[in-house]
Amino acid sequence: MLAESGSMQGLIDLIFSPSVIFLGSSAILAAYLTFRRALARPTAAVFAFFIFTAIYIWLCTAIKDHDGRLIALFPDNFPITLMLYSTFSLAWLGLWKAVQNDDRVARGEPLIEAGADDKVFTWPDLVYTELICMVVATAAITVWAIVLKAPLEPPANPMDIPNPSKAPWYFLGLQELLVYFDPWIAGVLLPGFIIVGLIAVPYIDKNPKGNGYYTFSERPLAISLFYFGFLIMWVVLIMLGTFLRGPNWNFFAPGHQWDPHQSAALLNINVSDIFWIKLLGGGLPSNFVIREMPGIVLLAVYFILIPVALARTLFARLFRQMGFVRYAIFMVLFMTTALVPIKMIFRWTINLKYIVGITEYFFNV
Amino acid sequence: MSIMNRVGDWITGSQIWGSIFRHGAPKDRRTRAMVVLTNVFLHLHPVAVRKSGIKLSFTWCMGGLTFFLFLVETISGVLLMFYYRPVVEYAYTDIQGLRAHVTLGLLREIHRWGAHAMVIAIWLHMMRVFLTGSYKPPREFNWGVGVILLVLTLLLSFTGYLLPWDQLAMWAITVGSNMARATPVLGNEGPGAAFLTIGGAPIIHAGSDARFGLLAGTFVGENALLRFYVLHCVAIPLAVSVLIAVHFWRIRKDGGISGPL
Repeated sequence: MLAESGSMQGLIDLIFSPSVIFLGSSAILAAYLTFRRALARPTAAVFAFFIFTAIYIWLCTAIKDHDGRLIALFPDNFPITLMLYSTFSLAWLGLWKAVQNDDRVARGEPLIEAGADDKVFTWPDLVYTELICMVVATAAITVWAIVLKAPLEPPANPMDIPNPSKAPWYFLGLQELLVYFDPWIAGVLLPGFIIVGLIAVPYIDKNPKGNGYYTFSERPLAISLFYFGFLIMWVVLIMLGTFLRGPNWNFFAPGHQWDPHQSAALLNINVSDIFWIKLLGGGLPSNFVIREMPGIVLLAVYFILIPVALARTLFARLFRQMGFVRYAIFMVLFMTTALVPIKMIFRWTINLKYIVGITEYFFNV
Repeated sequence: MSIMNRVGDWITGSQIWGSIFRHGAPKDRRTRAMVVLTNVFLHLHPVAVRKSGIKLSFTWCMGGLTFFLFLVETISGVLLMFYYRPVVEYAYTDIQGLRAHVTLGLLREIHRWGAHAMVIAIWLHMMRVFLTGSYKPPREFNWGVGVILLVLTLLLSFTGYLLPWDQLAMWAITVGSNMARATPVLGNEGPGAAFLTIGGAPIIHAGSDARFGLLAGTFVGENALLRFYVLHCVAIPLAVSVLIAVHFWRIRKDGGISGPL
């Protein structure tokens, strides 16, 4: 089967791996933001729309396995298609308006949203817009409800565990993180940090510019971080978890059967193994504090020394603007967020399992 | 004067009409202000709004759409409650009956697709608010209220996911609620829980940890079904309603739809 398709399947396998998808989409986003003045033009956006649609249709149809096809064409997963298109097109629209506004500011012209004094009455201008939106939304939901039936699988059976067992689609990005982190981080700590971090945003972001209008140039760090966090670490991971994760949460590139017996032979190692066994050539110390000291030191350097170094170099202006407390909170959130892709990259390259692995107390990072 | 106009005048001139609507048709500046000020639903809006702020290309209408979908979910949900019993014996068959025997059986479809659409709409609303910097002063607090509303929306969808009591429901909730087992200190398999002991006996075990609190049991069973039903139909919607009122009120008090200062 595989030999027939030959090098084409080899290329697909190369492109469709978690590492290439994650790093590739991050690179695309970085390029899009950097060259936004050319790439955010409507003509380029239409071009991107067609490329994305072609890949997406092919992705949905290329899943050869019966179960996989069921999942790709499963009515409950239709919202993912809706989410991908609406999210990417509105992310584009926001950037396109930002580019236009930044150009206007550079030329000394007023913003698109300028003219705070041109007020109109809520009745009729706003209530009519709301009414039209409600009618359109009602029609859309009704058509959707007629065309697609809500799924109903066989009755709940505690003895029959489906493989793969997947969370509701909007949590699949978090479920994907379970590959790289223990549940207490992927399922509790990171969601908690997302919530707390989002609430903290207005108190951390002291940049007074860009209040109430689309812009990129006036707040590049905030916008870039948001796009990366939402589009890559949330939306792309949901797509990956839905279409490319099969039985036992193994990764299946398009064109492969979802074989529940496929073995993923991976010998994952901890930082302690690398330090004590590979580097020093000895055995693991029996005391877990000593055993995990290399990882603890690494984390301490990561969470304390790097933020201090950043405050004196790259983030010097940010540090002055924020003050110590805000900067410290920002760094806890920022470095934790950054730890996610960093750990993913170490997993893909050196099969790293735990930086600190105190399995005795479920304290594994 | 045509007969229709006469009837119209008779209706709008009556005491009943006058007791409900305290002003004439919104045709001039005064009545257009009055219609918003004297209506409990409309008065969540300011009387006048920024012209550039209500453009669809600026707001994407996603906040309004989220609220509208919440209303759709409330109405279709109340109707669904007439047909559904949250016990293991009947839950699944009630859903089957809803599909087979109820005239115009679109209720469940509308409820489910509306819920998915609401999740997407609230994310897009958040993206719009972030990209336009609308969380910046004076709207910091309202952004926080919005984040809580977003979390509650996801919880509403998650708790509703269990109610059909099919394989999809049971195992999606099993996967999701297994996370609670790993809560630091409060989870049976979370870091730190092992230190909480009384005379050597653990305080946090499978029958007392965060997951047990969520499911009212050690597995997804009948107690979990009842718990999720009550959370889904009563507790979370009440919290969401209160926070929506706060959210809308604060939009108004913080200066309406955002725009350049």
